[in-house]
Amino acid sequence: MNALTQTWVRIGKISDIPPRGARCVRNGDMNIAIFRTADDRVFALEDKCPHKNGPLSQGIVHDGCVTCPLHNWVISLETGAAQGADEGQTLSFPVRLEGDEIVLGLGVPS
Amino acid sequence: MTEKQKLVVIGNGMAPGRMLEHLFESAPDAFDVTIFNAEPRVNYDRIMLSPVLSGEKSFEDIIIHGDGWYIRHGVMLYKGHKVVEIDRQAKTVRSEHGEVASYDKLVIATGSAPFIIPVPGHDLPGVLTYRDLDDVDAMLLAAQSRGKAVVIGGGLLGLEAAAGLKERGMDVTVIHLMPTLMERQLDPAAGYLLERELEGRGIKIITKASTKRIIGETRVEGIELEDGTIIPATLVVMAVGIRPSAALARDAGLSVNRGIVVTDSMQTSDPGIFAVGECVEINGNVYGLVAPLYQMAEVAASHLIGDMAKRFVETSTATKLKVTGINLYSVGDFAEAEDREEIVLRDATAGVYKRLVLKDNRILGVVLYGETADGAWFFDLLKKQTDISEMRETLIFGQAYQGGSQLDPMAAVAALPDDAEICGCNGVCKGKITGAITSKGLKGLDDVRAHTKASASCGTCTGLVEQLLSLTLGDAYNPAAVTPMCGCTGLGHDDVRRLIKAKGLKTIPAVMQELEWKTSCGCAKCRPALNYYLVCDWPDEYADDYQSRFINERVHANIQKDGTYSVVPRMWGGMTSSKELRAIADVVDKFNIPAVKCTGGQRIDMLGIRKEDLPAVWADLGKAGFVSGQAYAKGLRTVKTCVGTDWCRFGTQDSTGLGIKLEKFMWGSWTPAKLKMAVSGCPRNCSEATCKDIGIICVDSGYDIHFAGAAGLDIKGTEVLGHVKTEDEVMEHVVALAQMYREQGRYLERIYKWAKRIGLEEIRRQIMDEPDKRKGYYDRFVFSQKFAQVDPWSERVSGKDKHEFNPMATLTLEAAE
Ligand code: SRM
Ligand SMILES: Cc1cc2nc3c(=O)[nH]c(=O)nc-3n(C[C@H](O)[C@H](O)[C@H](O)COP(=O)(O)OP(=O)(O)OC[C@H]3O[C@@H](n4cnc5c(N)ncnc54)[C@H](O)[C@@H]3O)c2cc1C
Ligand code: SF4
Ligand code: FES
Repeated sequence: MNALTQTWVRIGKISDIPPRGARCVRNGDMNIAIFRTADDRVFALEDKCPHKNGPLSQGIVHDGCVTCPLHNWVISLETGAAQGADEGQTLSFPVRLEGDEIVLGLGVPS
Repeated sequence: MTEKQKLVVIGNGMAPGRMLEHLFESAPDAFDVTIFNAEPRVNYDRIMLSPVLSGEKSFEDIIIHGDGWYIRHGVMLYKGHKVVEIDRQAKTVRSEHGEVASYDKLVIATGSAPFIIPVPGHDLPGVLTYRDLDDVDAMLLAAQSRGKAVVIGGGLLGLEAAAGLKERGMDVTVIHLMPTLMERQLDPAAGYLLERELEGRGIKIITKASTKRIIGETRVEGIELEDGTIIPATLVVMAVGIRPSAALARDAGLSVNRGIVVTDSMQTSDPGIFAVGECVEINGNVYGLVAPLYQMAEVAASHLIGDMAKRFVETSTATKLKVTGINLYSVGDFAEAEDREEIVLRDATAGVYKRLVLKDNRILGVVLYGETADGAWFFDLLKKQTDISEMRETLIFGQAYQGGSQLDPMAAVAALPDDAEICGCNGVCKGKITGAITSKGLKGLDDVRAHTKASASCGTCTGLVEQLLSLTLGDAYNPAAVTPMCGCTGLGHDDVRRLIKAKGLKTIPAVMQELEWKTSCGCAKCRPALNYYLVCDWPDEYADDYQSRFINERVHANIQKDGTYSVVPRMWGGMTSSKELRAIADVVDKFNIPAVKCTGGQRIDMLGIRKEDLPAVWADLGKAGFVSGQAYAKGLRTVKTCVGTDWCRFGTQDSTGLGIKLEKFMWGSWTPAKLKMAVSGCPRNCSEATCKDIGIICVDSGYDIHFAGAAGLDIKGTEVLGHVKTEDEVMEHVVALAQMYREQGRYLERIYKWAKRIGLEEIRRQIMDEPDKRKGYYDRFVFSQKFAQVDPWSERVSGKDKHEFNPMATLTLEAAE
């Protein structure tokens, strides 16, 4: 049985990401997009649009959402859910700021 | 059949204009109407001169009755005819040009004239007043110098003039006699906030200052104050007050005090002569805002057609300042007195000040600064003299706080009683608007304006009227003909472009703040558009906001369905060489690029490159002399060519050379949508120039310039712009055309759509027939190219935006213990 526990990892500083921008963290096979909003909140989503796997990290960040670069779905940064009429959800991960350090919460098999 | 009566009107301002509307509505055939107007034009919305001065509107936007209206109603309008004599015996009037008209009924509506302080120098050229379109035109002319202006008078007109001149780039100082601005409408605290706000916009304000003389030999050079201060200026605007224009009536022997004395049925001392507007005096009062004048208009119209019931009743009118971004509202009496109380709310950080003056639990006066949404509600309580003791504690917070939970603006409007006044200028209440919407099936703002007049004058209640429309119509309401840019704003692209220029907005946050964006940081539709408009309008000052660009323009490559990228280097005019081809081959091998393809644009595409590899790919391509082909840009893409005179037996000119020249001159420029060009060496047209955004067909006698073709989602052959003789002329015309499109196009609007909107003739006229215009466009393009022609690939190879291309971290997580 694979129970999941949370592990917190420091991945860099908030200044590594431009405001209203994103950068990726590679975790094994998975790309995780770390977003920074205009008001310096950070969010983490799997870098994969629920529509056709578009790299969300390459989209335009506005308010609490990102618009996918491939076909313009709008994805909530907080929940990973597609907004409006579109349906689908991307995996989201907990992140927090400790001072200017970004700490990402990952579930790992224990 | 009875003879029509003859009605003569002197003056063609807002008051008689409204009177005639009422007249034609209720008795279209009662009168033959003749109007004499000293101003050489039709009736326009004088109130809106300030937006014309600041550049937010054009004169055409503020015309109330166009020429067609006079024709439709059989009105004889003498434009530019000042009446100099009324002969009451003969019942005629005479204009200064000698035109004589006889009347059965006469209406005097001569308005008022600006007061000019008789200090030395007041008649020098360069001293203006602020009353009509000629004054605005004179100010605009003076503003071209970008020199210094002094506005004498810190009241409503003076401040609107000052703000407008500032928008037009002048260095403005306001001289005001009293200690605080707009003291007749604002109390000192609000006057102070207003002063600070204006100073924040770079307008200098000197209060408690009195003008001693205006300095200058042959024209204005400055002014001197009583305390000896000298302020240099090339323009002086006097806005110190108005005086009713009553001389004509006085000369005719009518009873005149400050204004032409009329009864409450608008009759002068001669029963056959009426007077309306700012020129009249009723019960000792004269008026300077349109709301009471419109009431006069209605009264006079009904008396003219024999309905004697209507009488003029004095009411208070709210004042608002029409300077975009400044919200102030004042109404009633707010002087302090023993038996009065006040409730004050201040929020210093938000710049909000609200004050209510009460007597016996009833509102007497209201001053709102910074937040004026509750103005209509307070005014309603004031007019009805509602006892407010029940809601005293929360009164100042506004309507939303009455009755528990906070209302959103929509609910607040819904909660207004039917008789709450929405449009102060025209005295239209809520019930009348909603009633008209349902009974007449009105669909939009213009309909409401046409049927009720609400929001048709100063326009500050437009938001309320729109809310009423959507409340009444629900989803059926489709706000106006302009489609907003996106859900973040109600403004269309053209309004946004104009306001960016007019208000000198130079950052995206500034645009969103000043134009009142509804979201905190826009969306994926408006941000790229705003970024383009700012790049285009302020090429030297604006710092490109990469986070507002679509990914392709941010990383200078085209994203593919699997998240990899494609790279297309420029091949100028489609020409290449073995060295270039070898470099491409080497890059393809070195980076294992899975696909190489000839594009439809005469160059080579390498597809399937990983993002991390992009800078290294570019570095290698750069060594061979390649720059980015911008195959991703809303900007110049390709200039396709054919082989031309170099090789082809039919070629008439050097089409390849000209194509290369155009591409080298124009690469790097950003445009509203992509811009593709082609040059063909003869009308056989092997480079497909007749379906491009701009195409050139070489012929024996020179060059035919084509434009506005399409061969993508739509297919459309080009239109001919014109014929020129030399390559240099081709360059100048093509570049000017591109710049005109850059300045006017809406984001994502291809040239053929823009041309359809603007009109082919207009474009031909400006580019082919007006050398000055053409040169202006050309020069602005050249200027902006200084900042645009930087190869984005080499910039990134040398480290710019490094973060874009590397992961932030690579984790190798170990299992937790
Ligand atoms: C590569 C190329 C196809 C090819 O293999 O030949 C191509 C590829 C794409 N075109 Fe194209 N177009 C290419 C020539 C054309 C042409 C032919 C031409 O330029 O002479 C046209 C018709 C002419 C025109 O532009 O009107 C053309 C009309 C379009 C359109 C429709 C534009 C329209 O307004 O009607 C789009 C969609 C859009 O821009 O929104 C488009 C969009 C695209 C995009 C960018 C789709 C996208 O949004 O991802 C494709 C990018 C693929 C990539 O990453 O390279 N492409 N595209 C051609 C690149 C030319 C170049 O060297 O830069
Ligand atoms: C810049 C500006 C901003 C304003 N802002 C507001 C505002 O926000 N809200 C508000 O309520 N009011 C505002 N006003 C005031 C409002 O415009 C006037 O109250 C209104 O226009 C007066 O209308 P009227 O018909 O009496 O006179 P006018 O509109 O002044 O018209 C009089 C006309 O008569 C002509 N005339 C004069 N003498 C003769 C003659 N002998 N023979 C023939 N023609 C003659 C004049 O040329 C003029 O065209 C503003 C005024 C100005 C100038
Ligand atoms: S026509 Fe253009 S947009 Fe369509 S698939 Fe081909 S390259 Fe892509
Ligand atoms: S893959 Fe994201 S919108 Fe299609």
